[in-house]
Formats: sequence, structure tokens, C-alpha cells
Amino acid sequence: MAADYELVVESCLLAGRLMMESGAETYRTEDTMDRMAVSQELTQSQSFVTPTGIIFSGNKSLPTRLVRINARTTDLGKIALVNNISRKLAFGDITIEEAYNELKQVENNHETFPFWIKVAAAAIASGAFLLLFGGRIMEVPTAFIAGGVGYAIADRLEVRTRVKFFAEFLAAMLVTIIATLSVAYGFGMEIDKIIIGSVMPLVPGLLITNAVRDLMAGHFVSGLSKGAEASLTAFAIGAGVALILSL
Amino acid sequence: MIYVTQGILSFIAATAFGVIFNAPKKSLFYCGMVGMIGWIVYMNVNQLYQDQVAASFAGAFTVAFISHIMSKKFKMPMIIFSVSGIIPLVPGGSAYNAMRNIVEKDYVTAVEFGTQALLISGSIAMGLVFAEIITQLWVKAIVKLKTKP
Repeated sequence: MAADYELVVESCLLAGRLMMESGAETYRTEDTMDRMAVSQELTQSQSFVTPTGIIFSGNKSLPTRLVRINARTTDLGKIALVNNISRKLAFGDITIEEAYNELKQVENNHETFPFWIKVAAAAIASGAFLLLFGGRIMEVPTAFIAGGVGYAIADRLEVRTRVKFFAEFLAAMLVTIIATLSVAYGFGMEIDKIIIGSVMPLVPGLLITNAVRDLMAGHFVSGLSKGAEASLTAFAIGAGVALILSL
Repeated sequence: MIYVTQGILSFIAATAFGVIFNAPKKSLFYCGMVGMIGWIVYMNVNQLYQDQVAASFAGAFTVAFISHIMSKKFKMPMIIFSVSGIIPLVPGGSAYNAMRNIVEKDYVTAVEFGTQALLISGSIAMGLVFAEIITQLWVKAIVKLKTKP
């Protein structure tokens, strides 16, 4: 059966782009694309994935294609869905046309948790982290509010301004202001623990681990660029906190 | 008693991070479990040896190992389970202290905390990779046993 190779390449690129936009590891993205290609008789495919773009070549006669990746967030649900589709395709449960349509579905109408639930989760996580790091029960409301507000501001500003570092910087400043005020008015004792707990939802934990993971797997371009992104984000948070503390 | 409270708290924190990262709904409970077990291992090793680097390695190794088992069981990528489990181990405290000491112009202490943060993130990554290699070898051994009776 001679499959429609152009559609195969298109599907591989779409799957790779969706995965990288959702924060998957580079080696897993390359692996998924290659598996999809091999299952459709493109056994000599080559993929080169970086956090900002994907180069994919099907075989000698097909043109090599490039897609740009502009936005990167963390969306584990999307990774699971794409993984599931590629798995079904590799086992021959669905054809390449069905796979492409399903991938398009994932791209266009994928459900995420509502914004307020995410903010509530960030607030609860901040409170839990405060206690894990040895804070007092009386400080929990402060961390709850500071963590929720910080996450909400960072998320909204990132959507508005498209500059992640500015959003994280402002959010960290706000968290520190709330923590300082609460300590000044006697709602908290240790400002350090409140701040550490409340900035946890902003910390680029996934990026840091993925960066080192990619470096160890030999993906130096991805590892270094993800590492740079993570350090810049961490620096933005640190600068925001430091600015308020030094006033 | 401390295990119960710490366990519940880390479960809540890891599940909340699963929600923030938009993990699939049916995996949320297991994200929390992975986070809880990882944190308890981290806490125990930290209490025994008073060494955050070793404790982070042990915690990350546990998280990654359980995540691999879960990913095989649920046929989902391992990253879904490991991310929210790793978050509590991230050296937020050391990085924060480093930053704070820079602001206070105490650079020697800042470098000390900064180095610690670097070492901890390195050990987390090592833990992840070690667990992955061990599971890979394990899977290969099982496949060999099955094909060669």
C-alpha cells in the first residue's frame, strides 16, 4: 500500500509541534515522530527537534520540512493525547487520515482545566508547600492568597504581553509585597518561608529537569536553550523578590 | 504522626501541581501518590544523613522509578507522573537564599547557597537518568527472558 507520504510528513510535524508546545522532552518528541513515520513506511526519516523549531525529512524524494514553535507552555494532557494517537497509529489501529484528523482535533479544541481551578490549585499548593517547608499554620492564609494572586497575575500577563520574564517578575514582586505586608501586620512570622512557598507555582521546575535530561541524552541544542529559558525565568523571579526586599 | 501530615501535605501539593500542569484527570491521583512517596523518601534520607544533595537524589530516583512503572501500567508518557513529583524537590529554598544574600551584599554566603542549589538540581537530574537506565535494562532483561526460554 502506497501511503500518502505528504500527509504522513504533515502528521509527524503536527504531532511534534503539539508535543513541543506542551513541554515534552526533546528525545520523546523525536522518538514519537520517527515511530509514526516508520509505521507508515517512511523508514529513513530524520528528525531534528529543538525547542524553537522542528526539521523533518521523510525520504530522499520528499522535500524537507520545517515548522516553527512559538509558544511553549506545560500541558501534560496534550502530551498524553498525542502519545495515544501515535501509539494507535503505530499498532495499526487507525489510518494516517484518522490520525491526522485526531491530531487536528487535539490542536483546535483541547480542554484544559478552567482558569479559576488552576488559580485555586496554585493557592492550595502554596499553602501546602509553606507547611512542608516548616511554616506555621497561622501563615497559611497569607501563602494561600499570595500564591493564588501570583499565579493568576503571571498567567494573565503572559497571555497579554507574551513576555514570560516580565510576567514572572511582576508576579514575584506582588508575592513579596503581600508577604511583607502580612508580616508587618502580624499575620506571619517568617517572611522567607512565606515567599518560598508562594513562588513555588512560578518556579520553572519542569524546564530545569527537562534541560538537564536533554543534555544527558545528547540533545545539546535543546538542553542549552531550555536551560537558558529556565535560568532567565528563575532570575526574573529572584529579581522580583530581591527588588522588594531591598527597598 | 509527622509522616501522616507530611504525606497528606505533599499529596495535596503534587495533585495541585498536576492540575496546574493540566494532567489528564484520571492520572491526578497517581501524580499525588508519586509526589507523596518521593517526598517521604527525601525527608527520611535528609533526616538520616543531613545532606540535601543525597536526599534529592534519592527522592528523584524514587519519583522517576515509580513514574516509569505507572507509565507502563497506564500507557501514558512517564513525564506526566514525574513532573509533579519532582516539583517539591526543586531547590527553591537554596535559590531563594542565594538571591536574598546577593541583595544583602553578602556574596560569600550567596555563592554557598547558589552552589548548593546547582548541586541539588544536578542530583535530581542524575536521579531521573539513573532510574530510567535501570528500568530500560530491566525491560530488556524481561524481553530476553521471554524470547529465550
